[in-house]
Amino acid sequence: MTSITLTVNGEPITATIPARLHLADFLRDHLGLTGTHLGCEHGVCGACTVRLDGAIVRGCLVLAVQADGCTVETIEGVSDSGEVADLQHAFAARNALQCGYCTPGMVLTAQDFLLHAPADADRAAIREHLSGNYCRCTGYEAIIDAVETTLNARRTP
Amino acid sequence: MKAAAFDYIRPETLGAAITLLTRHGPDAKLIAGGQSLLPALNLRLSAPGLLIDIGRLAALRGITLADRTLHIGAGCTHAQVMTHPLIQRHAPLIARALADVAHPAIRARGTFGGSLANADPAAELPACALALDAVMHAQGPAGPRRIPAAEFFTALFETALAPDEVLTGVDIPIQGDTQWGFAELARRTGDYAMVGLAAVARPGTIRLGWFSVGQTAILAHRAAATLTEGGPLEAACTALADDLPAHDDPQASAAMRLHLARVLLRRVVGAWGGR
Amino acid sequence: MKFSDPTRPDAQIGLARARPQARALAQGRGTFTSDITLPRMVHAAFLRSPYAHATITAIDLAPARTMPGVVAVLDGAAMADLCTPWVGVLTHLKGLKSAPQYPLAVGRVRWQGEPVAMVLATTRAQAEDAAEHIMVSYDPLPPVVDAAAALAPGAPLIHPELGDNLAFERHIDTGNTDAAFAAADHIIEADFTFARHTGVPLEPRAVLADWNEGAQRLTIHQGTQVPHMMQTIYARHLGLDESQIRVISPDVGGSFGIKIHVYPDEMAVVAASRLLRRPVRFVADRLESFVSDIHARDHTVHARLAIMNDGTITGFDIDDLTGIGPYSAYPRTSAVEANQVINLIGGPYRFAHYRARARVAFQTKAMMSQYRAVGHPIATSVTEGLIDRAASHLGIDPVTIRRRNLIPDDAYPCTSPSGMRFEALSHHACLDRLLTLMDYDALRAEQASLRQRGIMRGIGIASFIEITNPGAAFYGVGGARISAQDGATLRLDAAGRLIVQASVTEQGQGTTTILAQIAAEAMGVAFDHVRVMLGDTDVTPYGGGTWASRAAGIGGEATWQAARALCAQILTLAASILQETSGNLDISGGAVIDRASRAERITLAELARIAYFRPDTLPKGIQAELIATRHYVPREYPFAFTNGIQAAWLELDTETGFITLLKHWVVEDCGTVINPMLVDEQIRGGVVQGIGAALFEQCDYDAEGQMLNASMADYLVPMAGEMPDITIAHITTPTAESTIGAKGAGEAGTAAASAAIANAVNDALSPLAISLATIPLTPARILAALQTGTGRAGGRP
Repeated sequence: MTSITLTVNGEPITATIPARLHLADFLRDHLGLTGTHLGCEHGVCGACTVRLDGAIVRGCLVLAVQADGCTVETIEGVSDSGEVADLQHAFAARNALQCGYCTPGMVLTAQDFLLHAPADADRAAIREHLSGNYCRCTGYEAIIDAVETTLNARRTP
Repeated sequence: MKAAAFDYIRPETLGAAITLLTRHGPDAKLIAGGQSLLPALNLRLSAPGLLIDIGRLAALRGITLADRTLHIGAGCTHAQVMTHPLIQRHAPLIARALADVAHPAIRARGTFGGSLANADPAAELPACALALDAVMHAQGPAGPRRIPAAEFFTALFETALAPDEVLTGVDIPIQGDTQWGFAELARRTGDYAMVGLAAVARPGTIRLGWFSVGQTAILAHRAAATLTEGGPLEAACTALADDLPAHDDPQASAAMRLHLARVLLRRVVGAWGGR
Repeated sequence: MKFSDPTRPDAQIGLARARPQARALAQGRGTFTSDITLPRMVHAAFLRSPYAHATITAIDLAPARTMPGVVAVLDGAAMADLCTPWVGVLTHLKGLKSAPQYPLAVGRVRWQGEPVAMVLATTRAQAEDAAEHIMVSYDPLPPVVDAAAALAPGAPLIHPELGDNLAFERHIDTGNTDAAFAAADHIIEADFTFARHTGVPLEPRAVLADWNEGAQRLTIHQGTQVPHMMQTIYARHLGLDESQIRVISPDVGGSFGIKIHVYPDEMAVVAASRLLRRPVRFVADRLESFVSDIHARDHTVHARLAIMNDGTITGFDIDDLTGIGPYSAYPRTSAVEANQVINLIGGPYRFAHYRARARVAFQTKAMMSQYRAVGHPIATSVTEGLIDRAASHLGIDPVTIRRRNLIPDDAYPCTSPSGMRFEALSHHACLDRLLTLMDYDALRAEQASLRQRGIMRGIGIASFIEITNPGAAFYGVGGARISAQDGATLRLDAAGRLIVQASVTEQGQGTTTILAQIAAEAMGVAFDHVRVMLGDTDVTPYGGGTWASRAAGIGGEATWQAARALCAQILTLAASILQETSGNLDISGGAVIDRASRAERITLAELARIAYFRPDTLPKGIQAELIATRHYVPREYPFAFTNGIQAAWLELDTETGFITLLKHWVVEDCGTVINPMLVDEQIRGGVVQGIGAALFEQCDYDAEGQMLNASMADYLVPMAGEMPDITIAHITTPTAESTIGAKGAGEAGTAAASAAIANAVNDALSPLAISLATIPLTPARILAALQTGTGRAGGRP
């Protein structure tokens, strides 16, 4: 067992955990942050995407002990802060989610795109940035639409 | 699946990491970004007794340019390397290749040195290192040593690193008039390629680094020699048959892989013009 | 009702309402089974067979029992005492046979991935640790991997007591087929192969069972489409009364038919909870999902088409063979897919002569059964593939040949040669709309001009029919306790708001939203004032759940009927309060109004206040009843057929065999569209699943019956980077069977997408006279055909 201290959604957390515990399981099972989902646990599906020190990562491909001293933000954190409220609204308005299981990871990945999107970013760029997040329900087009809508709205002063 | 149990330690210095590696032997594994190791652990394909985390060692960080040599710290993440101005200016092949490495969330954690030391034959960076004639910096109990890329990738997931050595960084010689090209054929964005090529032309020499063609990334010496000598592109394509191993896998037969390699060679070198 | 009139009062049906649940889901505030934790809960992990076929000679559980955190370790013999076996047969599928299936293998394993033993431990990781210490000795038996080989004389028997490996065989023959083929000007012939693939819902299968010994009740949270069916199953096989069992289906992370079957590991979890008297949770990991979830398709079809010089189709002759793994799935069986293939082939077209054989073979591979658009993609691909080959053979345009043969829009009602009854379809209207939508002539011109420059693009068209709104004909008549009817209870609460409890379920399709729209319009209340509760056997009326594109058409109609009944009750009460004749009253805008003047008389909130808190003010003999339940099942037609047409536009790189999807179009007729946004998104999602089958997805098995690509790194699902934008339009032909007139739409996208893609690829290859009939169309397959020139269409004059 290893003791770690980190900041999760702005709250300081100290926990004693087994080294083999990955970050997504730590968030879900130890902190009750069940918005981070598990779809494959081998880094392919993107459902467990969270932010670690500001960058999106696969929660299943980071050990919780590796997050010691770091800042972690989950879907609950960015929802409560209002950071992605416009994006979430666009997802709901466009029905860019059906079962909603991929959606937290998709929203965090889309927000990562929006934060770093170059001026000439287009639908193809959105598709590429989201290409590591699996959605079985939507066929992706509505998700691309919702991200594009948010991109355009944020570009408009 | 959940990983089997292991111990974890994050040494403060490179020296301490090497000491731990020496002490624990094959039961220990290094972890940096963990983007290849974590899947293997979670699938219980790998079950080390101890993980030694070198992901935060400052000694492995940094990208610098000196004496016409670009140095990339082994611990730099793909995202850091891909977006670094020195890389974009002096080693655009690497920036281009990294764009095809998995997805943003993987590139945020995966490290440059980790990808090379993992020696996955389907990974882009080993082929780039070969094409760029990179030199690996290794450090072990006996001190530092340098290993040319051409001698580094020895077998499937095997390198010239000794079990107690750590890859600390990579030197890439900079040639101002380099031509380069990169292409891979992957079924989906970010997937491992069915076949891929990193090509570099420098004064007097052309290097063709291939990935997803066999047990390791390889240099196609005969095809490159044909091109270096000014031979026709089709002759280089013919020569590829001798360069590439006969490698069948579920995605492609050896014959199909050779065919696709030739397509890539025509596209990449053809775009340079003059042949 | 005229739902096409947008000016009608309280209009909700036809509005593109956003789903209220989407806001919570987008914030990660859904509740999936895998999110639920109960006190004293233990986690299950399974040891699965590494062999496709073997005798279990010994199991030693002892080493696992001493591992940290372990609560119990069970094998097949122990589990057989807790749960009776099941057999997946239905009496109306004559001759269908299968063998008893146990939660954990007893004596013999019959597929790689079959659960053999189970560990229950404090954490999932500890359960997995212990599972590695269960010692099982196997004596390997010969694997039976290929369906044709399974039926060959002398093949190893998977269930010796059944006598052979043929699970089911069915023939259709309208007579005179040989004569029709003899008289045909041309016979088009092809052998189609459809790989096995699987559903890959992003949330794996999950179940949390909690047996309360004191209460003698079993509460099961499960990601399922069919809570009432599962309640019945658990009662039957655990020896409980149905009233002792509550099945709750919380948020479900995708399903597509995968979560509609009885899985041995899930049965073991529920049985273990009863044994241990504590909650047991099992969430399949992705690796075990690939070898234990239901697989789909896996067909080879030898197909012949008889056609005249003028392009008139005269007959189909079909031989379908499918492999279903070692058992027919329970309780829906694994014979339905093949049955539907031969029911649906040729469905959009007018022809007289039909002969078909469907054979269903046991194999030692993972089980195969219903997945989205059961049988439809096979039938559509065979039909549309033959028709394109015929058009090519005759030198006529693919549109022209379809125009000539599609059933005329004024020919309904009619019956197909396979006996399918069509109430009213719109093939020609859909075709017309498609051609306009995609600007077909311009696209053909663009294609021709690009070909001059060596760019190979293809257009593929596929008409289809879809089975929706099934009545009891599917399962009930075969003796299964799978309800074809659904119910809805509506009540006005004390605040004057509406609560709907319905037996159809939600897995993200938007069931909740469309029921709210229907209830709001039928009642004359605001959409926001309706709350819908689904997926709980203690709470909702009894019904079939969500499958076979039935929630809107059946559950929606039940909701409509219940709302109208509640309206009548409310008007009776209002008439009493207002001293008015109920016939002069109506409900609109959340209030009782004067029918003639549309003036408000009393709000529903005020009416509810009086009913619930001041019944003393009501006249004697008046008891307010503000709740109504109605059930509905279509009776006139066994299925409400829908129809549509799809087109694909893609580019083929003939050097690499890679395909770039450029655009996809769908014109679909599901009758009344309750929520156009949700319908379109069902279709888009379905199309992309069909594209997955066409280009990417296959369960690769080796000769030993080992699945080689059982991970998400190796099994390729469609991702955002490669999928096209999809344009959708509708023709609206409501069914006259119900008030709403809605038919299903959930499987339309999947039904024809793979056929359209395959036809487009073959269209792109047509200058090279190459035609492929195997999906997925991988670069390897395309390159092999290009390099050898094989795969040419079989056609003879």
